[in-house]
Amino acid sequence: MAINIDTSAFTEEAYELLGELEESLLALEESPTDDEIIGRVFRAMHTIKGSGAMFGFDEVSKFTHEVETVFDLARNKTIPVTKVLIDLTLAARDHIRSMLDSADSGEVVDQIKALEIIEGLRKLASNQDDSEYDEVANQEDETAQQLSEEASEPQLFRIRFKPHLEIFSNGTNPLLLLGELKELGEARIIANYDDLPELENLDPEQCHTSWEIFLTTSEGENAIRDVFIFVDDDCHISIRNLEDQNDIDSEPQKLGDILVKSGDISTNVLEKAIKPLGHRLVDSGDVTPSIINAALEEQNAVREKREQKKKSEPTSSIRVTAEKLDNLVDLVGELVTVQARLNQISSSRENSDLQLITEEIERLTGELRDNTMSIRMLAIGSTFNKFKRLVRDLSKDLGKQVEMSTEGAETELDKNVIDQLNDSLVHIIRNSIDHGIESPEERLAKGKPAEGTIHLAAIHSGASVLIRVDDDGAGLDPDLLRQKAIAKGFIASDSELSDKEAYQLILGAGFSMAKSVTNVSGRGVGMDVVRRSIENLRGSIDISSTLGKGTSFTLKLPLTLAIIEGLLIKVGEEVYVIPLANVEECVELSAASINSSHSNDVINVRDEIVPYIRLRDRFDVEGERPAIEQIIISNVNENRVGFVVDDVIGQHQTVIKSLGKNFDHSSEFSGATILGDGSVALILDLREMVRYVEYAEIRGTL
Amino acid sequence: MAKTIMTVDDSASVRQMVSLTLKDAGYEVVEGVDGKDALNKLNSYTVDMVLTDLNMPNMDGITLIEELRKLAQYKFTPIVMLTTESQGNRKMEGKQAGATGWIVKPFKPHQLLGVIKKVLG
Repeated sequence: MAINIDTSAFTEEAYELLGELEESLLALEESPTDDEIIGRVFRAMHTIKGSGAMFGFDEVSKFTHEVETVFDLARNKTIPVTKVLIDLTLAARDHIRSMLDSADSGEVVDQIKALEIIEGLRKLASNQDDSEYDEVANQEDETAQQLSEEASEPQLFRIRFKPHLEIFSNGTNPLLLLGELKELGEARIIANYDDLPELENLDPEQCHTSWEIFLTTSEGENAIRDVFIFVDDDCHISIRNLEDQNDIDSEPQKLGDILVKSGDISTNVLEKAIKPLGHRLVDSGDVTPSIINAALEEQNAVREKREQKKKSEPTSSIRVTAEKLDNLVDLVGELVTVQARLNQISSSRENSDLQLITEEIERLTGELRDNTMSIRMLAIGSTFNKFKRLVRDLSKDLGKQVEMSTEGAETELDKNVIDQLNDSLVHIIRNSIDHGIESPEERLAKGKPAEGTIHLAAIHSGASVLIRVDDDGAGLDPDLLRQKAIAKGFIASDSELSDKEAYQLILGAGFSMAKSVTNVSGRGVGMDVVRRSIENLRGSIDISSTLGKGTSFTLKLPLTLAIIEGLLIKVGEEVYVIPLANVEECVELSAASINSSHSNDVINVRDEIVPYIRLRDRFDVEGERPAIEQIIISNVNENRVGFVVDDVIGQHQTVIKSLGKNFDHSSEFSGATILGDGSVALILDLREMVRYVEYAEIRGTL
Repeated sequence: MAKTIMTVDDSASVRQMVSLTLKDAGYEVVEGVDGKDALNKLNSYTVDMVLTDLNMPNMDGITLIEELRKLAQYKFTPIVMLTTESQGNRKMEGKQAGATGWIVKPFKPHQLLGVIKKVLG
């Protein structure tokens, strides 16, 4: 392998292609005759092979070539696309991956496996005689050559299209032809009306217009001629490749030269009129303004083309490391913080100039923040696709038939959220296949189709994204869950849990519903880990289930992690932040409404009894309570809970800073942020606060 | 509104293939079994385009094109003839009669739609 070449570009692309390859192969399994998918599979391998050789990954290239050769037979319908072929190709895909991995890690690749795969593939192809096998390889070179010819550099053409007067009479619409030219590339079209007669002499059934078209296309001259195939005899057409005669890298030709070349004037006429050329030519009646315009347009077209060439090739996307992006987000976070500070200072000085600038900076910072965040947004589709493989392999291992469908693959989420979400989804899907979906026999006995389904969906919902995993398996039995929880001592034997609360039990530590431990699930670790990692993402899990019909897990996740909308509140002298996403409403808590409620710590909000937690008590704040307190009604685990604070200050763009390892135990705070005046405010984790208070109540220590 | 195309051919299978392709692409289709049948039908209602075979009993395609061009409502209507490769000179004949373009049999559905897009937009 060459040492000095940076191969990361290749490996990154190859990993991506392998991802696509897997996806295509799985799709192919569902529709084995779809030529388009077969083509996709083939192209992915072809690219890996080609660029692999270029970057010195000879092993990868050689191996991929073997696989590709066999798959080409499938592409040509010489051999059918069978499950064996797909299985082998998938195995080959995994092997290519491990070859790429080993290039990084230096581990030795399992050569025997490679030989087995190739052996298997060759066996599939061996029904064909060897000559055809060779032929395929040759053909492929030809195709590659053809491809390279087709994908030539775009060139600039000048086309003169002058239809005969009677062109309409055979049903031709010249405008359609111009439209067709436009589809070939970038076209500027100039109509020439010079031959248009006076109105009284005009025959509207005749065509008096001609056109000059400057077309930049990579399709070549033949493609242009093809456009005019039906009207060859009904018009005058001339096509000139301006780049043939005109080195596009040099100055565009002089106007006079262009006119002479196109035959519009002779060199004599040109010599007669040397200065303000265009005007003089028109004045002298040798050419019409339209011709001058057309020629000027040619000059412009060439000039523009040249300028475009000078600019570096436009790239549709660039790759950057996630680390750089994280740094950018950090910096934007700092900027938002500083900007808040600037706002505060500017509002305290009554200086309109300063305020103007501050407002401008506020707007720009906001835009910068949104843009930066959007860079980190990735479609969840690729994650979904990974699960297709998981479902396929897992259901095979467990002897179940499971079909997976997805929805909303284009939904975007912050990259960090997606990364951290992966393991949790794997867990949930595993559980669904392992305990949710029954064996084919059981399903048939219950009158369900033998094949179970798992549906993955991602849906936008305000500042959150909902990710749902539905299965049509056995469902959860709330009574069984209650019994088990009582047996294990998680809940008191007389506690009354709603079904929904009972479902939530499976998210507790050490709670397993599996009848036996399989190597897939059942050890009782897992769902609590899932819960914790989703909550770390400031998300939540909702479970619904119908016994015998299926279970549905809904993960509610924030769109992004780094910056949230927060509500600033004040308790005593301290300022805290409550994530705005949790807040439903703010109401006043007057002494009167406290007195009118029968017991402590509940309030009647529009005929609904809402329990509340007074932050003053919780944080042992000394001093008098204000006469009128504010109560923030929030939604915690689908329950409305109030939090009583002294005052609500207002909304705040909250850049979340981690509290660091030393404060890991204080789970009631999910982080901190820096306020405009430079002071620090803690961000409250309402869910944890409620959990703590409930726990303390049970223990009777509050 | 969907554009209407008349397909004229004495071969039922060709008519069916053309008709299915066109309907699939969202066009309305009317069929004519030969030039005479087509001319009769086209006299009673107007279509946006005509696709016609050349060799047909009763009235051939060339005559049909000539007749249609005499009618005011078909003066500028795109007419495409279905020809076979061997009929190079018939192509010219057809053009002179007023055909807009041609398509060489046998053709693939996408080629047919390509030609239609070219002349009908």
